[in-house]
Amino acid sequence: MTEQDFITQQKPTWCPGCGNHAMWIALRQALAELNLKSENILMVFGIGCSGNGANFFKTNVWHSLHGRTVPTAVGAKLANKNLTVLAIAGDGDGYGEGMGHLVHAIRGNANVTYIVHDNKVYGLTTGQAAPTAEQGYRSKSTPAGIIEEATNPIALALAAGGSFVARGFAGQAKHLKELFKAAILHRGFSLVDVFQPCITFNKINTFKWYFDRLYNLDQDKNYNQQNLRQAFQQSTVWGKKIPYGIFYQNKRTTYGDNLPQLQGQALVKRPLKTRNIKQLLTEFS
Amino acid sequence: MTRNNLSWKIGGEAGFGIKSAGVMLGKIFMRSGYEIFDYTEYPSLIRGGHNTFQLMVDPNKANSVSQSVDILVALNQESIDGYLVELSHSGLVLYDQAKAKLSARQAAKYKIEGLALPLSDLAKDSGGGLMRNVVALGATLALVGQNLSIANGVIKENFKRKGSTVVNNNLKALKSGFDYIKKNYQGNFFCQLPKLPAKDNILISANESLALGALVGGLNFYVAYPMTPSSSILHYLASVAEKTGIVVKHAEDEIAVINMALGAAHVGARAMVATSGGGFSLMTESLGLAGITETPIVMVNVQRPGPATGLPTWTEQGDLQFMLRAAQGEFPRIILAPGDAQESFDLAAQALNLAEIYQTPVIILSDKLIAEGSTTVQKFKSNTIRVNRGKLLTQTQLNKIKNYNRYQITGDGISPRALPGMRGGVYIANSDEHNPLGFSDEGGDNRHQQVDKRWAKLETLAKKLPPPIIYGNPKAKNTVVIWGSTKGVVLDVYHQLSQKQQRKIKIMQVQYIWPLADKFITEVLNKSRKVLLIENNSNASLGQLIAQETGFKIKNKLLKYDGRPFFREEIFSILDKF
Ligand SMILES: Cc1ncc(C[n+]2csc(CCOP(=O)(O)OP(=O)(O)O)c2C)c(N)n1
Ligand code: SF4
Ligand SMILES: [Mg+2]
Repeated sequence: MTEQDFITQQKPTWCPGCGNHAMWIALRQALAELNLKSENILMVFGIGCSGNGANFFKTNVWHSLHGRTVPTAVGAKLANKNLTVLAIAGDGDGYGEGMGHLVHAIRGNANVTYIVHDNKVYGLTTGQAAPTAEQGYRSKSTPAGIIEEATNPIALALAAGGSFVARGFAGQAKHLKELFKAAILHRGFSLVDVFQPCITFNKINTFKWYFDRLYNLDQDKNYNQQNLRQAFQQSTVWGKKIPYGIFYQNKRTTYGDNLPQLQGQALVKRPLKTRNIKQLLTEFS
Repeated sequence: MTRNNLSWKIGGEAGFGIKSAGVMLGKIFMRSGYEIFDYTEYPSLIRGGHNTFQLMVDPNKANSVSQSVDILVALNQESIDGYLVELSHSGLVLYDQAKAKLSARQAAKYKIEGLALPLSDLAKDSGGGLMRNVVALGATLALVGQNLSIANGVIKENFKRKGSTVVNNNLKALKSGFDYIKKNYQGNFFCQLPKLPAKDNILISANESLALGALVGGLNFYVAYPMTPSSSILHYLASVAEKTGIVVKHAEDEIAVINMALGAAHVGARAMVATSGGGFSLMTESLGLAGITETPIVMVNVQRPGPATGLPTWTEQGDLQFMLRAAQGEFPRIILAPGDAQESFDLAAQALNLAEIYQTPVIILSDKLIAEGSTTVQKFKSNTIRVNRGKLLTQTQLNKIKNYNRYQITGDGISPRALPGMRGGVYIANSDEHNPLGFSDEGGDNRHQQVDKRWAKLETLAKKLPPPIIYGNPKAKNTVVIWGSTKGVVLDVYHQLSQKQQRKIKIMQVQYIWPLADKFITEVLNKSRKVLLIENNSNASLGQLIAQETGFKIKNKLLKYDGRPFFREEIFSILDKF
């Protein structure tokens, strides 16, 4: 497989220059380099510009509702563990409408890769402030500047017990590809929050804005991805300098590992036939 | 006194073991050859608050409760004060003399017999004051002429998990109540319920029956969030999950529930969710998602009175119109309403097939009365049910298809379905309107084609739909229209009517709420001289649906919406004169 094999005939509808294009390519490359086959991948998309990617990836796709990628992906993975399952959401999608699911999916640690397009706006609905928007961000829904503080998905995921917590940047395509590969290879629930400049609506968090600030944790020899305290510390760094890369990772058992009935063959691969319940009836006799 | 049936009720605070005593007594009578129907009333509390459990014991099938009670076991004063009115003439109130009082004047006023028992003392002497309920069971058995052989077995089974001390104490408590009556009782109530030939029955609720039916039908993925009165489906399935090899997941909320189930269903699991109206409300957007992606899913709504939190632990049939309309947009859905435990078993298995054959959501609409009440039914048989996965493709079949179109336009509206993981079957299941390949498509013609294709599935089904069920005299000119749990009480009362009255009546139970058998129903109603609609709600929702689909407006309605089911007496007084 090459990354070209993961392209459909559908023409991307994203604005030229949008960070989504780079994410699309990086993810295709990651899938190809991992030697995955289209038919063995399930990508669950939400609703948003990010979600529109549903049409552009040639894999099995479930184009979900706004906010609901994560539970769908978890359900699919539990039912067919042979599939590589990815959930792909926007930051409004994943941290607004669907925020609760994130915390619970992390608790369960099903083997699903969760990629969030963090553009700090609602792109598809014309630029309102997303939960990740910086305090004071002015948009159509917050003309006087957003009062709420920005949500910090990295710190949140760490606090929830995330077994793989990372941040990527659409402007660092090669790094992003490696990040996606690491996340997919991670056994457990992985969160990859990706800075994805929305060039049409977000005039503040531009590619340049990120280039001026980002530093790469993965290149820091003193940084230990297994050190939760260090990860927390880095997760709260924001301002002139902003870290990206893998903040934290550990080897916790997955939800499926802990279900005896899911050992062996994938659930949906077992023959499905009328079940004999004779034994079950004794407790009611 | 001779009698062959019994209406028994026990009342006390939550935490007194009201229900567990009742269930044990039910099992004892079932094993003595009797048919059982039980009914619990309890507030939405764990401790305190007043609970009652009523047991109908009958040689013939019992499907409902009467208002009148023959033996009332009162574990506190409230049970006497609140429920004395329900005692039938010459009924007996057996009460704990340490906790309650009954004046001779009260007893005379209601023409009932009072029996003060040292329940607390006997329980303490047996090893613990909590066992008053079991002492009362022993006393009850003595009062109706039973011995303890069957009861001892039931007690042992029931407490086995708690260890031998608990088992022995409870056996002692049972015997102490029994012996006390044998030795001291000199009242008039004593009766002898004859021992009947044993039957191959089980005592089971509609929730458990539904779960078992689903298991027979190949269920392998169940997700839920607890909500009364649906929770016992979750509890039961969780208890057998490992044994049966199915996934049972308690998810974080009902939105997660339905989407997890859809994810599993999409990749080929047989998935089901259950909740009550509140949880269903949270699932509605995803109900539509199942509709447009054509994903098989079974959604159970065990109704309780709403809106909002409503009466959480009571019963009502208030959600029928909601089920018909839930979710934005237009798409096919199938709605089934079982009337009792047996039908819950049958329809659950069927629902899983229908969901997969028609690739669309199937809703099972149950309610608290049957969901939480247990009844005796003949041991379920699995051999009548076959798993039918409809147009699900095998890899070999898929290999023969050049360009696989998941949403291909077909005559019957049903398109061949591939699963993720199959070679050559990659497609997008899209919540946006889509073309036959699944890609988002906002074209007008395509929209028409896909909408029509989805509706065609319902027309295909409508042709194969079983008609409503007719009971009583099919030629009768008087028709009673029912759905869901009112079946029990209406049929029970029908059997109590004089033969002359029975000949005048037929009963039509609508089991398939949607699609509705409009032609059949129109014909039945047009041929009827008198029509009576009985529903456990305030708005006659089935009546509305029938009017909408057939133009026939049923004017004569018996509606009840106080959170209680219809009692036999309420239906009898109407049908006797119908
Ligand atoms: C339940 C629901 N509410 C609202 C919407 C409207 N809506 C569509 S996309 C969107 C926000 C998209 O923002 P985000 O998730 O950040 O994705 P982006 O477009 O930025 O990639 C909203 C509010 C919807 N589709 N569904
Ligand atoms: S609106 Fe923003 S996020 Fe959406 S495609 Fe355009 S640039 Fe990208
Ligand atoms: Mg966004």
